[in-house]
Amino acid sequence: MSDRIKIALDGRLGNFNLNVDLALPMRGISALFGPSGCGKTSILRSVAGLNRIPGTIQVGGETWQNHTVFLPTHRRPIGYVFQEASLFPHLSVRQNLLYGAKRTRSPGVIRFDDVAELLGLGRLIDRSPANLSGGERQRVAIGRALLSQPSLLLMDEPLSALDRQAKDEILPYFEALHTGLKIPILFVTHDIAEVERLADHLVLLREGKAVASGPLNEVLSAPDSPLFARSDFAAVLGGRVERIDPDGIATVQSDNMRLLVLGDRLQPGEPVRVRIAASDVSIARSRAADSSILNALPVRIIRIDDIGAHETSLLLDPGNGTGLFRARISRRSAMRLALREGEDVIAQIKSVSIVANR
Amino acid sequence: MGELWSPILLTLELASITTAVLLLVGTPIAWWLAWSEQRWKEIVATIVALPLVLPPTVLGFYLLIALGPNGLGGWFGWLTGARTFAFTFEGLVFGSVIYSLPFVVQPIRNAFEAMGRRPLEVAATLRASPWDRFFSVALPLALPGFLTGAVLGFAHTVGEFGVVLMIGGNIPGETKVLSTAIYDFVETLRWREAHILSALMLVFSFAVILLVSILGRRSPRGDAS
Repeated sequence: MSDRIKIALDGRLGNFNLNVDLALPMRGISALFGPSGCGKTSILRSVAGLNRIPGTIQVGGETWQNHTVFLPTHRRPIGYVFQEASLFPHLSVRQNLLYGAKRTRSPGVIRFDDVAELLGLGRLIDRSPANLSGGERQRVAIGRALLSQPSLLLMDEPLSALDRQAKDEILPYFEALHTGLKIPILFVTHDIAEVERLADHLVLLREGKAVASGPLNEVLSAPDSPLFARSDFAAVLGGRVERIDPDGIATVQSDNMRLLVLGDRLQPGEPVRVRIAASDVSIARSRAADSSILNALPVRIIRIDDIGAHETSLLLDPGNGTGLFRARISRRSAMRLALREGEDVIAQIKSVSIVANR
Repeated sequence: MGELWSPILLTLELASITTAVLLLVGTPIAWWLAWSEQRWKEIVATIVALPLVLPPTVLGFYLLIALGPNGLGGWFGWLTGARTFAFTFEGLVFGSVIYSLPFVVQPIRNAFEAMGRRPLEVAATLRASPWDRFFSVALPLALPGFLTGAVLGFAHTVGEFGVVLMIGGNIPGETKVLSTAIYDFVETLRWREAHILSALMLVFSFAVILLVSILGRRSPRGDAS
């Protein structure tokens, strides 16, 4: 279990009990997702040693907390990015970046120039934090955390204080972080779009309990996942660009499906992450020859759930039980087609979008 | 002129030493008051604030007893050979520290609270130990509070009268400070000397209040994010 992050906490937290027992991978981005007040930030702060909730925290075989040990925050090899950048206002950007670097005892595998390059900090180095935009500040905060040579990066809604434009500006840097560094990231968010774009592993939290924990699409499309009732529900699948036709349509191979997407800026061979929104999927008994829809796939209905009084969500399997996605249709349509669990139908996907280049 | 200079120099010496002691004693108190979650911390805050409302003669009376043969003077007298700390310069420093404590603790506490826990948490996640956090983050960010506290503590000590009268005894070169010197000059109808010292105090007080309001206006450089 030394390649895992073990977080087992049991204690009171405001109005409810925080009671989780998580084992997260020591690689990639793990998202802690849930409504505000569900305990996700408390978990992150406990991992950092900023909160003290009884329990055990082990990271890669090292014990940071148990019933006898409590490593103080400054002895834990973490990087922490807060919701607000929280740069030190009395220091320049360079001094901020070097604050942790000067104090860390870990060997310096993350180099200043590389971080400046990765996060696009070149022009900001000699400025004062007061003269930076929100997105720039948060990039500096991330760089500052990275330069303390963490073996685990903790991020508490690092994007939520930013406006749409700043978010779009900073998201590519997160993806670069993901591919460029081998540091595992624990990422707290209440925004499903961030989960879809960034997370590899997903933990669903509700009132201090972990409802589900697992690889992203396994959790999103789990039969008992509480997420399907969301109007913006989508499945997120990993894939690879197979080819791009002259008319701009890219073929993406994902699990056992071949999906056609508008491939403006894609390269053949590139790994991508595709999103299939449940509301964009319709169901037909037979393949329509005269439809504008490019993606029509044979699928098996493995589960039917009612959403409210008038809608139905279908869990669809395109092959051998992987790459599941959902369709959200009206109750009337479901009745008219007399859909049943276990039936084979055609899923028509109006649009498939690329959420991230991986 | 010695009659004028002696109380001035003595006052400056008293105020400087008192201010230094106040910063050393007041900072940990302010720190504890700012961060502690103990419910009885407001009791401590009230005790610290007492000199704000207590008549200086009352404070002086208790200090006189505390410093006397049955108090600190009795316990530590064997060190110095004296029977009492009252009517000594050291006793005056002790009394002034108590008397001016709220003027130093309050601005520093406010500055810590305005700064908030976040910068300290950030520093902790960047491997800074508690002392390191204090000197590299809290001190620079709360600096205006420290300056205000130091100026107020100094000025308040310069201006103290009632406490000095009670525990000082008005001994030239030892405990005869500005305020008691002015009182003496007036008592003995030496208006010229009283005028000079009073005018100096007036100018000094004006400068202090101006300085404090300038320090207060220059608010701690806040992180706009």
